[in-house]
Amino acid sequence: MNGNDRALSGLNWLGSFAVLCALVALWWIASNTGWVSRVFLPTPQATFASLLEGLNLSGGSGNGELLAFTQATVGRMVEGWLLASLFGVVLGAAIGVSPAVRAWVQPTLEFIRPLPASALLPLAISIFGLNPGMVLFVVAFGAMWPVLLATVHGFAAVEPRLAEVARCLQMSRAAYIWKMGLPNAMPDILAGMRLALTIALIVAVVGEMIASQSGLGQAILLAARAFRASDLFAGIVLLGLIGFASNALLAFAEKRLLRWQQP
Amino acid sequence: MTEGRLFRWLRPWVFPAVLVGAFEWYARRAAALGSDALAPPSAAAKAFVGAALDGSLWQATGFTLGTAALGLLIGAVLGIALGLVLGLSRRAAQLGSVSIEVLRPVPSVALIPLAMLAFGFGVRMELAIVAFATFWPLLVLVQSAVQQIEPRLLEVSRVLGLSARERAFKIVLPAIVPRLFVALRLGVAVALVVAVTVEIAANPNGMGYAMMIAQQSFDPALMLAWLGWIGVVGFAVNAGMVLLQHVVARRMGVAP
Repeated sequence: MNGNDRALSGLNWLGSFAVLCALVALWWIASNTGWVSRVFLPTPQATFASLLEGLNLSGGSGNGELLAFTQATVGRMVEGWLLASLFGVVLGAAIGVSPAVRAWVQPTLEFIRPLPASALLPLAISIFGLNPGMVLFVVAFGAMWPVLLATVHGFAAVEPRLAEVARCLQMSRAAYIWKMGLPNAMPDILAGMRLALTIALIVAVVGEMIASQSGLGQAILLAARAFRASDLFAGIVLLGLIGFASNALLAFAEKRLLRWQQP
Repeated sequence: MTEGRLFRWLRPWVFPAVLVGAFEWYARRAAALGSDALAPPSAAAKAFVGAALDGSLWQATGFTLGTAALGLLIGAVLGIALGLVLGLSRRAAQLGSVSIEVLRPVPSVALIPLAMLAFGFGVRMELAIVAFATFWPLLVLVQSAVQQIEPRLLEVSRVLGLSARERAFKIVLPAIVPRLFVALRLGVAVALVVAVTVEIAANPNGMGYAMMIAQQSFDPALMLAWLGWIGVVGFAVNAGMVLLQHVVARRMGVAP
């Protein structure tokens, strides 16, 4: 992100990894010596074994259950996120391009923004019933807000002189959106999409927990109810990995897509 | 002149009024066709008044807000403390970076089952998750705020021979107050969302659970009343925090 990261030399990386290893070692000691009850803190090796077995890496003895759950959750998250990005940008451009529409609609959008996406689950359940489409709808709807609001903001913040140039050139509204509005709103949109991906993962997990759709959310809830702590931790580790990987991918994409902006 | 002001005052309400009106019409038609999944907003308003009169509304709202506030307090104190340490010491920041990057992306809701196992249902599990969720944004924002402190302030504190504790409380904390309130505003929003989510997913208390139970007992009017109320509470709390942030920023001499 800044000079700090680049200054992180090899030695510092090593030290930083050592701290992480020390944390894991602390976990190992705490669970193996029984400082913390193993009912809810499994040993690292048991967690690792659960991971290997669930991901079918332990040489045939595993059932590959976690792998299927991970695919289901990631699929739900990515589908919902893509839908959210598409609708967010289209609706945001439609609202943001016209100051009149903005004046009428934006207060309502600002009111809905702080509403927790998961609060829509009960409503969606009573309308659509308990099915995968319902969860996907809530994921997409919840993740749409940051993209939508960021797009509206990006369009509203277009340099006035650019709008004047567009008028002088007699650009059509579509050409204005495509050539001036969208490139200008791009940094905002990408930041919104990054937030949307985090929300999509959270809502997907909550949706799986409530609506009993197969996925990591349901898997960890069932593991906890059955006191299978190592399976629970394996699920949490996988969810952390999904969050980490998706965030890193998007940060990378953002850097590439916005390269034209840097001097 | 007054007409223009009235128009500007009324304008934000037109769009929601149209939405509510359309919903009312649709829900009445659905009810006439024998569906009990939806209720018109007028019935939701009646259910809301009922919940407000029998006290269940205030009790659940108090539980959610209180738990969110207490969880935020725990998460914020820990996040600010660690953020100060990491912001003041480059070496500490570098040593902690990998662990933080590994732990931070864990979605807070993934800890709901773990908190259930460790604490059972009730206040403590919700507190733990809210604290976890608010810890990370505060840590990151406080760390970057400390790193952006005017270096001369730190030099002055070194010249004066202040101890580490004095330096933190007399120089660093006052210098980051405006940014701290920006971080706290974000923390409040996160805390409220996470608290409601935990209640919807697991914890049988508070506003989220009240809404869930209304849905499960086929009382769509009450469910919609709760949904609207959660929206109003969230909006009011966030608006209050924005106001507080502006007041603090002006007091501390930062451009509003």
